[in-house]
Amino acid sequence: MHPAISVIFFTVTSGAGFGLIAMIGVGAPMSQGPLAAFLISLLAGGLAVAGLISSTFHLGHPERAWRAFSQWRSSWLSREGVLAVATLFLFGVYVLFWLFAGNRPLWLGVLIAFLAIVTVVATAMIYTQLRTVPHWNSILTPLVYVGFAIACGYVAAAALNPETNSSDRATIAGMACLVLIVAWALKMSWWHRAGRTSLAAVGSTPETATGLGAIGRVRLLESPHSGENYLTREMVHVIGRKHAAKLRAIALTTGFAAPLLISLAVAISGGPLAWLGVAFVCLIAGLFVERWLFFAEARHAVSLYYGR
Amino acid sequence: MTSLPTAIERSLGLVIDLDTCVGCHACVVNCKEWNTGGYGAPLGDLDPYGDEPVGSWLNRIHTFEVTPEDAPASIVHFPKSCLHCSDAPCVTVCPTGASYKRSEDGIVLVDESMCIGCGLCAWACPYGAREMDPVENVMKKCTLCVDRIYNDNLPEEDRTPACVRTCPAGARHFGDFSDPESNVSKLVEDRGGFDLMPEMGTAPVNKYLPPRPKQATESCGASEAKPDETANATGFLGWLDRALERLG
Ligand code: SF4
Ligand code: SF4
Repeated sequence: MHPAISVIFFTVTSGAGFGLIAMIGVGAPMSQGPLAAFLISLLAGGLAVAGLISSTFHLGHPERAWRAFSQWRSSWLSREGVLAVATLFLFGVYVLFWLFAGNRPLWLGVLIAFLAIVTVVATAMIYTQLRTVPHWNSILTPLVYVGFAIACGYVAAAALNPETNSSDRATIAGMACLVLIVAWALKMSWWHRAGRTSLAAVGSTPETATGLGAIGRVRLLESPHSGENYLTREMVHVIGRKHAAKLRAIALTTGFAAPLLISLAVAISGGPLAWLGVAFVCLIAGLFVERWLFFAEARHAVSLYYGR
Repeated sequence: MTSLPTAIERSLGLVIDLDTCVGCHACVVNCKEWNTGGYGAPLGDLDPYGDEPVGSWLNRIHTFEVTPEDAPASIVHFPKSCLHCSDAPCVTVCPTGASYKRSEDGIVLVDESMCIGCGLCAWACPYGAREMDPVENVMKKCTLCVDRIYNDNLPEEDRTPACVRTCPAGARHFGDFSDPESNVSKLVEDRGGFDLMPEMGTAPVNKYLPPRPKQATESCGASEAKPDETANATGFLGWLDRALERLG
Protein backbone atom coordinates (compact mmCIF):
# COMPACT_ATOMS: atom_id res chain seq x y z
CA MET A 1 0.00 0.00 0.00
CA HIS A 2 1.13 3.53 -0.71
CA PRO A 3 2.53 5.05 2.48
CA ALA A 4 0.96 8.52 2.36
CA ILE A 5 2.75 10.94 4.69
CA SER A 6 -0.54 12.52 5.81
CA VAL A 7 -1.92 9.18 6.95
CA ILE A 8 1.30 8.13 8.68
CA PHE A 9 1.39 11.46 10.52
CA PHE A 10 -2.30 11.09 11.37
CA THR A 11 -2.09 7.63 12.90
CA VAL A 12 1.12 8.28 14.87
CA THR A 13 0.31 11.76 16.13
CA SER A 14 -3.33 11.31 16.97
CA GLY A 15 -2.49 7.97 18.61
CA ALA A 16 0.05 9.74 20.82
CA GLY A 17 -2.35 12.61 21.53
CA PHE A 18 -5.20 10.33 22.56
CA GLY A 19 -2.76 8.25 24.62
CA LEU A 20 -1.70 11.36 26.55
CA ILE A 21 -5.31 12.46 26.92
CA ALA A 22 -6.09 9.04 28.40
CA MET A 23 -3.20 9.34 30.87
CA ILE A 24 -4.30 12.83 31.95
CA GLY A 25 -7.85 11.50 32.28
CA VAL A 26 -6.91 8.68 34.64
CA GLY A 27 -5.16 11.25 36.83
CA ALA A 28 -1.46 11.13 35.94
CA PRO A 29 0.21 13.72 38.25
CA MET A 30 0.92 17.00 36.47
CA SER A 31 2.38 20.34 37.48
CA GLN A 32 0.03 22.67 39.38
CA GLY A 33 -1.31 25.97 38.14
CA PRO A 34 -3.35 27.19 35.20
CA LEU A 35 -0.37 27.86 32.94
CA ALA A 36 0.90 24.29 33.24
CA ALA A 37 -2.67 23.01 32.79
CA PHE A 38 -3.03 25.10 29.65
CA LEU A 39 0.27 24.03 28.12
CA ILE A 40 -0.19 20.34 28.92
CA SER A 41 -3.72 20.32 27.50
CA LEU A 42 -2.48 22.15 24.47
CA LEU A 43 0.17 19.48 23.90
CA ALA A 44 -2.26 16.56 24.30
CA GLY A 45 -5.14 18.10 22.40
CA GLY A 46 -2.75 19.59 19.84
CA LEU A 47 -1.22 16.23 18.99
CA ALA A 48 -4.66 14.67 18.55
CA VAL A 49 -6.02 17.57 16.52
CA ALA A 50 -2.88 17.89 14.37
CA GLY A 51 -3.27 14.22 13.48
CA LEU A 52 -6.92 14.64 12.59
CA ILE A 53 -6.24 17.72 10.48
CA SER A 54 -3.42 15.95 8.70
CA SER A 55 -5.76 13.09 7.83
CA THR A 56 -7.94 15.52 5.87
CA PHE A 57 -4.95 16.39 3.62
CA HIS A 58 -5.33 12.90 2.26
CA LEU A 59 -8.87 13.61 1.07
CA GLY A 60 -9.86 14.57 -2.44
CA HIS A 61 -12.51 16.90 -1.03
CA PRO A 62 -11.53 18.05 2.50
CA GLU A 63 -14.28 20.69 2.44
CA ARG A 64 -16.82 17.87 2.63
CA ALA A 65 -15.08 16.11 5.53
CA TRP A 66 -18.04 16.83 7.82
CA ARG A 67 -20.03 14.28 5.85
CA ALA A 68 -17.81 11.57 7.29
CA PHE A 69 -19.62 11.85 10.63
CA SER A 70 -22.82 10.44 9.19
CA GLN A 71 -22.25 6.71 8.65
CA TRP A 72 -21.15 5.60 12.13
CA ARG A 73 -23.62 2.70 11.99
CA SER A 74 -21.63 0.89 9.31
CA SER A 75 -18.27 2.59 8.76
CA TRP A 76 -15.20 2.47 11.05
CA LEU A 77 -13.80 5.60 9.44
CA SER A 78 -16.99 7.43 10.36
CA ARG A 79 -16.94 5.99 13.90
CA GLU A 80 -13.35 7.13 14.27
CA GLY A 81 -14.36 10.67 13.36
CA VAL A 82 -17.34 10.74 15.71
CA LEU A 83 -15.36 9.23 18.62
CA ALA A 84 -12.43 11.61 18.09
CA VAL A 85 -14.66 14.65 18.14
CA ALA A 86 -16.64 13.41 21.17
CA THR A 87 -13.42 12.69 23.08
CA LEU A 88 -11.93 16.07 22.23
CA PHE A 89 -15.14 17.86 23.18
CA LEU A 90 -15.25 16.21 26.61
CA PHE A 91 -11.54 16.84 27.03
CA GLY A 92 -12.25 20.51 26.34
CA VAL A 93 -14.81 20.52 29.17
CA TYR A 94 -12.30 18.76 31.43
CA VAL A 95 -9.66 21.36 30.62
CA LEU A 96 -12.08 24.16 31.55
CA PHE A 97 -12.55 22.54 34.98
CA TRP A 98 -8.79 22.19 35.30
CA LEU A 99 -8.06 25.77 34.25
CA PHE A 100 -10.76 27.60 36.14
CA ALA A 101 -11.66 25.39 39.09
CA GLY A 102 -8.14 24.01 39.51
CA ASN A 103 -9.40 20.44 39.91
CA ARG A 104 -9.51 17.46 37.59
CA PRO A 105 -12.80 15.56 37.95
CA LEU A 106 -11.86 11.88 37.98
CA TRP A 107 -15.21 10.54 36.75
CA LEU A 108 -15.03 12.72 33.66
CA GLY A 109 -11.35 11.90 33.19
CA VAL A 110 -11.98 8.16 33.27
CA LEU A 111 -14.79 8.51 30.73
CA ILE A 112 -12.46 10.55 28.48
CA ALA A 113 -9.67 7.99 28.87
CA PHE A 114 -12.07 5.23 27.87
CA LEU A 115 -13.29 7.17 24.82
CA ALA A 116 -9.72 8.07 23.84
CA ILE A 117 -8.72 4.40 23.77
CA VAL A 118 -11.86 3.44 21.85
CA THR A 119 -10.98 6.16 19.33
CA VAL A 120 -7.57 4.59 18.81
CA VAL A 121 -9.25 1.19 18.37
CA ALA A 122 -11.54 2.73 15.75
CA THR A 123 -8.52 4.18 13.91
CA ALA A 124 -6.95 0.73 13.85
CA MET A 125 -10.21 -0.86 12.72
CA ILE A 126 -10.17 1.24 9.54
CA TYR A 127 -7.24 -0.97 8.50
CA THR A 128 -8.09 -4.13 10.43
CA GLN A 129 -11.45 -4.53 8.70
CA LEU A 130 -9.91 -4.85 5.21
CA ARG A 131 -9.85 -8.48 4.14
CA THR A 132 -8.08 -7.29 1.02
CA VAL A 133 -4.91 -6.59 3.05
CA PRO A 134 -4.05 -9.76 5.02
CA HIS A 135 -1.23 -8.07 7.01
CA TRP A 136 -3.75 -5.71 8.61
CA ASN A 137 -6.68 -8.06 8.93
CA SER A 138 -5.91 -9.23 12.47
CA ILE A 139 -6.89 -8.51 16.07
CA LEU A 140 -3.19 -7.72 16.61
CA THR A 141 -3.55 -4.49 14.62
CA PRO A 142 -5.81 -2.70 17.17
CA LEU A 143 -3.68 -4.15 19.99
CA VAL A 144 -0.55 -2.63 18.46
CA TYR A 145 -2.25 0.73 17.90
CA VAL A 146 -3.53 0.83 21.48
CA GLY A 147 -0.17 -0.41 22.80
CA PHE A 148 1.69 2.42 21.10
CA ALA A 149 -0.92 5.02 22.05
CA ILE A 150 -0.57 4.03 25.71
CA ALA A 151 3.24 3.89 25.45
CA CYS A 152 3.37 7.38 23.90
CA GLY A 153 0.86 8.68 26.43
CA TYR A 154 2.63 7.14 29.41
CA VAL A 155 6.11 8.31 28.42
CA ALA A 156 4.85 11.84 27.70
CA ALA A 157 2.88 11.97 30.97
CA ALA A 158 5.93 10.69 32.88
CA ALA A 159 8.09 13.39 31.30
CA LEU A 160 5.62 16.01 32.54
CA ASN A 161 5.40 14.50 36.04
CA PRO A 162 6.73 17.00 38.64
CA GLU A 163 7.70 14.25 41.11
CA THR A 164 10.65 15.28 43.32
CA ASN A 165 11.28 12.10 45.27
CA SER A 166 13.98 10.20 43.40
CA SER A 167 12.79 6.70 44.33
CA ASP A 168 9.31 7.53 43.06
CA ARG A 169 10.89 8.89 39.90
CA ALA A 170 12.74 5.61 39.50
CA THR A 171 9.46 3.69 39.79
CA ILE A 172 7.77 5.90 37.22
CA ALA A 173 10.67 5.50 34.78
CA GLY A 174 10.72 1.76 35.45
CA MET A 175 7.04 1.60 34.51
CA ALA A 176 7.91 3.44 31.28
CA CYS A 177 10.35 0.64 30.44
CA LEU A 178 7.63 -1.91 31.02
CA VAL A 179 5.09 -0.08 28.87
CA LEU A 180 7.63 0.25 26.04
CA ILE A 181 8.48 -3.45 26.24
CA VAL A 182 4.81 -4.48 26.12
CA ALA A 183 4.02 -2.19 23.17
CA TRP A 184 6.99 -3.37 21.10
CA ALA A 185 6.39 -7.00 22.05
CA LEU A 186 2.93 -6.63 20.52
CA LYS A 187 4.50 -5.12 17.42
CA MET A 188 7.03 -7.97 17.21
CA SER A 189 4.21 -10.51 17.26
CA TRP A 190 2.41 -8.42 14.63
CA TRP A 191 5.53 -8.56 12.45
CA HIS A 192 5.87 -12.26 13.12
CA ARG A 193 2.28 -12.87 12.01
CA ALA A 194 2.68 -10.57 9.00
CA GLY A 195 5.70 -12.60 7.90
CA ARG A 196 3.51 -15.68 7.71
CA THR A 197 0.40 -13.99 6.33
CA SER A 198 0.81 -13.56 2.61
CA LEU A 199 -2.12 -13.29 0.23
CA ALA A 200 -1.50 -16.93 -0.71
CA ALA A 201 -1.67 -17.90 2.97
CA VAL A 202 -5.22 -16.55 3.19
CA GLY A 203 -6.12 -18.37 -0.02
CA SER A 204 -5.85 -15.61 -2.65
CA THR A 205 -3.65 -16.28 -5.67
CA PRO A 206 -3.63 -15.25 -9.33
CA GLU A 207 -5.56 -18.51 -9.84
CA THR A 208 -8.46 -17.52 -7.53
CA ALA A 209 -8.33 -13.90 -8.72
CA THR A 210 -8.98 -14.98 -12.31
CA GLY A 211 -10.90 -18.16 -11.51
CA LEU A 212 -8.66 -19.96 -14.03
CA GLY A 213 -6.90 -22.18 -11.48
CA ALA A 214 -8.84 -25.22 -12.66
CA ILE A 215 -7.04 -24.97 -16.00
CA GLY A 216 -3.53 -24.33 -14.82
CA ARG A 217 -1.04 -21.89 -13.40
CA VAL A 218 -1.87 -18.25 -14.07
CA ARG A 219 0.61 -15.49 -14.85
CA LEU A 220 0.03 -11.92 -16.02
CA LEU A 221 1.10 -11.56 -19.62
CA GLU A 222 0.01 -8.02 -20.39
CA SER A 223 -1.31 -5.43 -18.01
CA PRO A 224 -4.28 -3.33 -19.14
CA HIS A 225 -2.10 -0.35 -20.02
CA SER A 226 1.58 0.43 -20.37
CA GLY A 227 1.78 2.98 -17.55
CA GLU A 228 0.76 3.27 -13.95
CA ASN A 229 -2.76 3.95 -12.77
CA TYR A 230 -4.50 4.91 -9.52
CA LEU A 231 -4.66 1.29 -8.45
CA THR A 232 -1.01 0.50 -9.01
CA ARG A 233 0.11 3.73 -7.35
CA GLU A 234 -2.19 3.39 -4.37
CA MET A 235 -2.21 -0.34 -3.79
CA VAL A 236 0.62 -2.01 -5.64
CA HIS A 237 3.52 -0.29 -3.90
CA VAL A 238 6.66 -2.39 -4.17
CA ILE A 239 9.52 -0.09 -3.13
CA GLY A 240 8.81 -0.47 0.57
CA ARG A 241 9.30 -4.21 0.65
CA LYS A 242 12.85 -3.94 -0.64
CA HIS A 243 14.39 -2.26 2.41
CA ALA A 244 11.99 -3.66 4.97
CA ALA A 245 14.58 -5.40 7.15
CA LYS A 246 16.79 -2.30 7.42
CA LEU A 247 13.84 -0.06 8.17
CA ARG A 248 12.62 -2.41 10.89
CA ALA A 249 16.04 -2.21 12.50
CA ILE A 250 15.89 1.59 12.32
CA ALA A 251 12.38 1.61 13.83
CA LEU A 252 13.50 -0.67 16.66
CA THR A 253 16.64 1.31 17.43
CA THR A 254 14.98 4.72 17.41
CA GLY A 255 11.57 3.79 18.74
CA PHE A 256 12.45 1.03 21.19
CA ALA A 257 16.13 0.79 22.17
CA ALA A 258 16.70 4.55 22.55
CA PRO A 259 13.66 5.36 24.73
CA LEU A 260 14.17 2.14 26.69
CA LEU A 261 17.79 3.00 27.54
CA ILE A 262 16.84 6.55 28.56
CA SER A 263 14.00 5.27 30.76
CA LEU A 264 16.28 2.63 32.22
CA ALA A 265 18.94 5.22 33.05
CA VAL A 266 16.35 7.34 34.86
CA ALA A 267 14.96 4.25 36.60
CA ILE A 268 18.40 3.32 37.91
CA SER A 269 19.60 6.79 38.77
CA GLY A 270 16.31 8.31 39.90
CA GLY A 271 17.31 11.34 37.79
CA PRO A 272 14.99 14.00 36.41
CA LEU A 273 11.92 12.67 34.61
CA ALA A 274 12.25 15.40 32.00
CA TRP A 275 14.70 13.06 30.26
CA LEU A 276 11.68 11.02 29.31
CA GLY A 277 10.78 13.91 27.01
CA VAL A 278 13.75 12.86 24.90
CA ALA A 279 12.53 9.25 25.09
CA PHE A 280 9.13 10.44 23.84
CA VAL A 281 10.66 12.19 20.83
CA CYS A 282 12.69 9.07 19.97
CA LEU A 283 9.61 6.90 20.33
CA ILE A 284 7.60 9.10 17.98
CA ALA A 285 10.44 9.14 15.44
CA GLY A 286 10.64 5.35 15.56
CA LEU A 287 6.89 5.09 15.15
CA PHE A 288 7.00 7.16 11.96
CA VAL A 289 9.28 4.50 10.47
CA GLU A 290 7.15 1.69 11.92
CA ARG A 291 3.99 3.23 10.44
CA TRP A 292 5.65 3.82 7.09
CA LEU A 293 6.38 0.09 6.98
CA PHE A 294 2.85 -0.74 8.14
CA PHE A 295 1.64 0.69 4.83
CA ALA A 296 4.58 0.07 2.53
CA GLU A 297 4.95 -3.62 3.36
CA ALA A 298 1.25 -4.46 3.14
CA ARG A 299 0.15 -6.28 -0.01
CA HIS A 300 -3.32 -5.69 -1.40
CA ALA A 301 -5.32 -8.37 -3.21
CA VAL A 302 -5.50 -6.23 -6.36
CA SER A 303 -1.75 -6.76 -6.83
CA LEU A 304 -2.67 -10.27 -8.00
CA TYR A 305 -4.22 -8.74 -11.12
CA TYR A 306 -1.06 -6.77 -11.80
CA GLY A 307 1.40 -9.61 -11.37
CA ARG A 308 3.46 -7.88 -8.66
CA MET B 1 -26.81 4.98 3.61
CA THR B 2 -23.78 2.76 3.51
CA SER B 3 -25.46 -0.15 5.21
CA LEU B 4 -26.28 -2.77 2.60
CA PRO B 5 -29.96 -3.15 1.68
CA THR B 6 -31.66 -6.08 3.38
CA ALA B 7 -33.49 -7.22 0.26
CA ILE B 8 -32.72 -6.76 -3.44
CA GLU B 9 -35.63 -6.83 -5.88
CA ARG B 10 -33.57 -7.55 -8.99
CA SER B 11 -29.91 -8.39 -9.31
CA LEU B 12 -28.60 -6.79 -12.49
CA GLY B 13 -25.12 -7.59 -13.69
CA LEU B 14 -22.84 -8.97 -16.38
CA VAL B 15 -21.65 -12.33 -17.55
CA ILE B 16 -18.21 -12.14 -19.14
CA ASP B 17 -17.22 -14.94 -21.45
CA LEU B 18 -13.48 -15.60 -21.22
CA ASP B 19 -13.80 -18.02 -24.10
CA THR B 20 -14.90 -15.45 -26.64
CA CYS B 21 -13.18 -12.27 -25.46
CA VAL B 22 -10.52 -11.40 -28.01
CA GLY B 23 -8.94 -8.64 -25.94
CA CYS B 24 -9.71 -5.87 -28.42
CA HIS B 25 -10.42 -3.23 -25.70
CA ALA B 26 -13.51 -1.99 -27.57
CA CYS B 27 -15.59 -2.22 -24.38
CA VAL B 28 -12.94 -0.24 -22.51
CA VAL B 29 -13.03 2.55 -25.06
CA ASN B 30 -16.80 2.65 -25.37
CA CYS B 31 -17.13 2.61 -21.57
CA LYS B 32 -14.84 5.62 -21.29
CA GLU B 33 -16.61 7.36 -24.15
CA TRP B 34 -20.10 6.89 -22.70
CA ASN B 35 -19.23 7.50 -19.08
CA THR B 36 -17.17 10.59 -19.66
CA GLY B 37 -20.37 12.29 -20.76
CA GLY B 38 -22.88 10.32 -18.69
CA TYR B 39 -23.47 9.80 -14.99
CA GLY B 40 -21.44 12.11 -12.75
CA ALA B 41 -18.24 13.97 -13.49
CA PRO B 42 -16.29 13.23 -16.69
CA LEU B 43 -13.71 10.45 -16.50
CA GLY B 44 -10.59 12.54 -16.20
CA ASP B 45 -7.12 12.07 -17.63
CA LEU B 46 -3.85 13.72 -16.67
CA ASP B 47 -1.11 14.20 -19.23
CA PRO B 48 -3.13 12.28 -21.84
CA TYR B 49 -0.66 12.84 -24.69
CA GLY B 50 2.47 13.06 -22.56
CA ASP B 51 5.02 10.63 -21.21
CA GLU B 52 3.07 9.45 -18.21
CA PRO B 53 -0.64 9.50 -18.92
CA VAL B 54 -2.96 8.43 -16.10
CA GLY B 55 -6.72 8.49 -16.09
CA SER B 56 -9.75 6.87 -14.57
CA TRP B 57 -11.28 3.93 -16.38
CA LEU B 58 -14.20 1.83 -15.22
CA ASN B 59 -13.29 -1.24 -17.20
CA ARG B 60 -9.85 -2.62 -18.02
CA ILE B 61 -8.62 -5.70 -19.88
CA HIS B 62 -5.81 -7.75 -18.41
CA THR B 63 -4.22 -10.59 -20.37
CA PHE B 64 -3.15 -13.74 -18.57
CA GLU B 65 -1.17 -16.78 -19.57
CA VAL B 66 -2.59 -20.05 -18.23
CA THR B 67 -0.31 -23.07 -18.23
CA PRO B 68 -1.92 -26.47 -17.68
CA GLU B 69 0.18 -29.32 -16.24
CA ASP B 70 0.25 -31.32 -19.47
CA ALA B 71 -0.38 -28.90 -22.30
CA PRO B 72 1.06 -25.71 -23.77
CA ALA B 73 0.13 -22.37 -22.26
CA SER B 74 -2.88 -20.51 -23.56
CA ILE B 75 -3.79 -16.85 -23.49
CA VAL B 76 -6.91 -15.54 -21.75
CA HIS B 77 -8.07 -11.96 -22.15
CA PHE B 78 -9.69 -10.85 -18.95
CA PRO B 79 -12.03 -7.84 -18.81
CA LYS B 80 -12.61 -6.51 -15.33
CA SER B 81 -15.05 -3.94 -14.02
CA CYS B 82 -17.17 -3.63 -10.86
CA LEU B 83 -18.89 -6.93 -10.05
CA HIS B 84 -21.74 -5.20 -8.14
CA CYS B 85 -21.13 -7.51 -5.18
CA SER B 86 -24.05 -8.65 -3.01
CA ASP B 87 -21.89 -8.23 0.06
CA ALA B 88 -20.03 -5.17 -1.13
CA PRO B 89 -17.26 -4.19 1.33
CA CYS B 90 -16.70 -0.95 -0.60
CA VAL B 91 -20.16 0.23 0.47
CA THR B 92 -20.00 -0.52 4.19
CA VAL B 93 -16.60 1.15 4.71
CA CYS B 94 -17.72 4.45 3.16
CA PRO B 95 -17.90 7.09 5.91
CA THR B 96 -20.11 9.56 4.07
CA GLY B 97 -22.96 7.57 2.56
CA ALA B 98 -21.65 8.39 -0.92
CA SER B 99 -21.33 4.69 -1.77
CA TYR B 100 -24.52 2.69 -1.80
CA LYS B 101 -26.13 -0.40 -3.22
CA ARG B 102 -29.59 0.06 -4.70
CA SER B 103 -32.30 -2.21 -3.38
CA GLU B 104 -34.32 -2.09 -6.63
CA ASP B 105 -31.65 -3.53 -8.93
CA GLY B 106 -28.54 -4.18 -6.84
CA ILE B 107 -26.40 -1.63 -8.70
CA VAL B 108 -23.53 -0.22 -6.60
CA LEU B 109 -23.18 3.52 -7.14
CA VAL B 110 -21.27 6.53 -5.83
CA ASP B 111 -23.06 9.81 -5.20
CA GLU B 112 -20.17 11.99 -6.28
CA SER B 113 -21.48 15.13 -4.61
CA MET B 114 -21.12 13.40 -1.22
CA CYS B 115 -17.79 11.65 -1.83
CA ILE B 116 -14.88 13.12 0.15
CA GLY B 117 -12.33 11.20 -1.89
CA CYS B 118 -10.89 9.27 1.04
CA GLY B 119 -10.22 6.24 -1.13
CA LEU B 120 -11.14 3.72 1.54
CA CYS B 121 -13.69 2.00 -0.72
CA ALA B 122 -10.99 1.37 -3.32
CA TRP B 123 -8.89 -0.25 -0.58
CA ALA B 124 -11.84 -2.43 0.43
CA CYS B 125 -12.50 -3.73 -3.09
CA PRO B 126 -10.42 -6.84 -3.86
CA TYR B 127 -10.90 -6.45 -7.61
CA GLY B 128 -9.52 -2.99 -8.27
CA ALA B 129 -12.89 -1.88 -9.59
CA ARG B 130 -12.80 1.65 -8.15
CA GLU B 131 -10.51 4.42 -9.29
CA MET B 132 -10.17 7.94 -7.95
CA ASP B 133 -10.71 10.48 -10.68
CA PRO B 134 -7.44 12.42 -11.04
CA VAL B 135 -9.22 15.63 -12.01
CA GLU B 136 -12.42 15.67 -9.94
CA ASN B 137 -10.93 13.80 -6.92
CA VAL B 138 -14.07 11.72 -6.44
CA MET B 139 -14.40 7.96 -6.63
CA LYS B 140 -15.39 6.53 -10.01
CA LYS B 141 -16.74 3.10 -10.69
CA CYS B 142 -18.90 1.16 -13.14
CA THR B 143 -22.53 2.27 -12.91
CA LEU B 144 -23.76 -0.63 -15.05
CA CYS B 145 -24.69 2.26 -17.34
CA VAL B 146 -27.60 3.15 -15.12
CA ASP B 147 -28.16 6.10 -17.47
CA ARG B 148 -28.61 3.80 -20.49
CA ILE B 149 -30.46 0.75 -19.25
CA TYR B 150 -33.56 2.70 -18.15
CA ASN B 151 -33.23 5.43 -20.77
CA ASP B 152 -36.42 5.75 -22.84
CA ASN B 153 -34.73 8.24 -25.15
CA LEU B 154 -32.49 5.50 -26.52
CA PRO B 155 -33.64 2.90 -29.03
CA GLU B 156 -34.54 -0.37 -27.32
CA GLU B 157 -31.36 -2.19 -28.44
CA ASP B 158 -29.17 0.50 -26.88
CA ARG B 159 -30.68 0.12 -23.40
CA THR B 160 -27.85 -2.09 -22.28
CA PRO B 161 -24.44 -1.19 -20.82
CA ALA B 162 -22.06 0.43 -23.31
CA CYS B 163 -19.52 -2.39 -22.98
CA VAL B 164 -22.13 -5.04 -23.77
CA ARG B 165 -23.52 -3.04 -26.68
CA THR B 166 -20.13 -2.58 -28.29
CA CYS B 167 -18.43 -5.95 -27.79
CA PRO B 168 -17.79 -7.29 -31.32
CA ALA B 169 -17.26 -10.83 -30.04
CA GLY B 170 -20.43 -11.05 -27.96
CA ALA B 171 -18.33 -11.80 -24.90
CA ARG B 172 -20.40 -9.65 -22.53
CA HIS B 173 -23.98 -10.30 -21.49
CA PHE B 174 -26.26 -8.15 -19.37
CA GLY B 175 -29.27 -9.37 -17.42
CA ASP B 176 -31.07 -10.10 -14.18
CA PHE B 177 -29.48 -12.81 -12.05
CA SER B 178 -32.44 -12.97 -9.68
CA ASP B 179 -34.50 -14.51 -12.48
CA PRO B 180 -33.42 -18.15 -13.03
CA GLU B 181 -34.84 -18.01 -16.58
CA SER B 182 -32.87 -14.93 -17.66
CA ASN B 183 -30.19 -15.11 -20.36
CA VAL B 184 -27.43 -14.52 -17.82
CA SER B 185 -28.69 -17.12 -15.32
CA LYS B 186 -28.90 -19.71 -18.10
CA LEU B 187 -25.40 -18.91 -19.37
CA VAL B 188 -24.00 -19.32 -15.87
CA GLU B 189 -25.86 -22.59 -15.48
CA ASP B 190 -24.87 -24.03 -18.89
CA ARG B 191 -21.25 -22.93 -18.97
CA GLY B 192 -20.29 -23.21 -15.30
CA GLY B 193 -20.01 -19.49 -14.54
CA PHE B 194 -17.85 -18.68 -11.53
CA ASP B 195 -17.03 -15.94 -9.01
CA LEU B 196 -13.70 -14.11 -8.77
CA MET B 197 -11.91 -14.51 -5.42
CA PRO B 198 -14.85 -16.15 -3.61
CA GLU B 199 -12.62 -16.33 -0.52
CA MET B 200 -13.00 -12.56 -0.07
CA GLY B 201 -16.65 -13.08 0.87
CA THR B 202 -17.93 -10.35 -1.45
CA ALA B 203 -20.49 -12.56 -3.23
CA PRO B 204 -20.08 -10.87 -6.64
CA VAL B 205 -23.13 -10.61 -8.89
CA ASN B 206 -21.10 -10.58 -12.14
CA LYS B 207 -20.00 -14.01 -13.26
CA TYR B 208 -17.22 -15.22 -15.56
CA LEU B 209 -17.48 -18.11 -18.02
CA PRO B 210 -14.37 -20.30 -18.34
CA PRO B 211 -12.54 -20.75 -21.65
CA ARG B 212 -13.74 -23.93 -23.39
CA PRO B 213 -11.23 -26.82 -23.27
CA LYS B 214 -8.62 -26.59 -26.03
CA GLN B 215 -8.24 -29.36 -28.63
CA ALA B 216 -5.57 -31.93 -27.85
CA THR B 217 -2.37 -30.62 -29.41
CA GLU B 218 -1.06 -33.90 -31.00
CA SER B 219 -3.67 -33.72 -33.72
CA CYS B 220 -2.43 -30.38 -35.00
CA GLY B 221 1.31 -30.81 -34.62
CA ALA B 222 1.84 -31.73 -38.31
CA SER B 223 3.27 -28.52 -39.64
CA GLU B 224 6.84 -29.64 -40.45
CA ALA B 225 7.67 -29.71 -44.17
CA LYS B 226 7.70 -33.16 -45.73
CA PRO B 227 10.17 -32.78 -48.60
CA ASP B 228 9.85 -36.31 -49.97
CA GLU B 229 6.15 -36.18 -50.67
CA THR B 230 6.74 -34.93 -54.23
CA ALA B 231 9.47 -37.47 -55.09
CA ASN B 232 7.20 -39.86 -57.01
CA ALA B 233 5.07 -37.23 -58.74
CA THR B 234 4.53 -38.01 -62.40
CA GLY B 235 3.11 -36.32 -65.50
CA PHE B 236 2.78 -32.55 -65.79
CA LEU B 237 2.97 -31.95 -62.03
CA GLY B 238 6.07 -34.14 -61.85
CA TRP B 239 7.71 -32.13 -64.63
CA LEU B 240 6.70 -28.82 -62.94
CA ASP B 241 8.12 -30.03 -59.66
CA ARG B 242 11.46 -30.93 -61.21
CA ALA B 243 11.59 -27.74 -63.30
CA LEU B 244 10.94 -25.51 -60.29
CA GLU B 245 13.41 -27.52 -58.25
CA ARG B 246 16.11 -26.79 -60.84
CA LEU B 247 15.40 -23.05 -60.62
CA GLY B 248 16.67 -23.29 -57.04
S1 SF4 C 1 -16.40 -5.18 -7.38
FE1 SF4 C 1 -15.43 -3.87 -5.86
S2 SF4 C 1 -16.38 -1.86 -6.21
FE2 SF4 C 1 -17.71 -3.37 -7.18
S3 SF4 C 1 -19.23 -3.91 -5.61
FE3 SF4 C 1 -17.58 -5.44 -5.47
S4 SF4 C 1 -16.23 -4.62 -3.90
FE4 SF4 C 1 -17.53 -2.91 -4.57
S1 SF4 D 1 -13.81 7.73 -1.55
FE1 SF4 D 1 -15.91 8.55 -1.54
S2 SF4 D 1 -17.21 6.79 -1.99
FE2 SF4 D 1 -15.21 5.98 -1.39
S3 SF4 D 1 -15.34 5.59 0.83
FE3 SF4 D 1 -14.50 7.66 0.60
S4 SF4 D 1 -16.30 9.01 0.64
FE4 SF4 D 1 -17.09 6.93 0.26
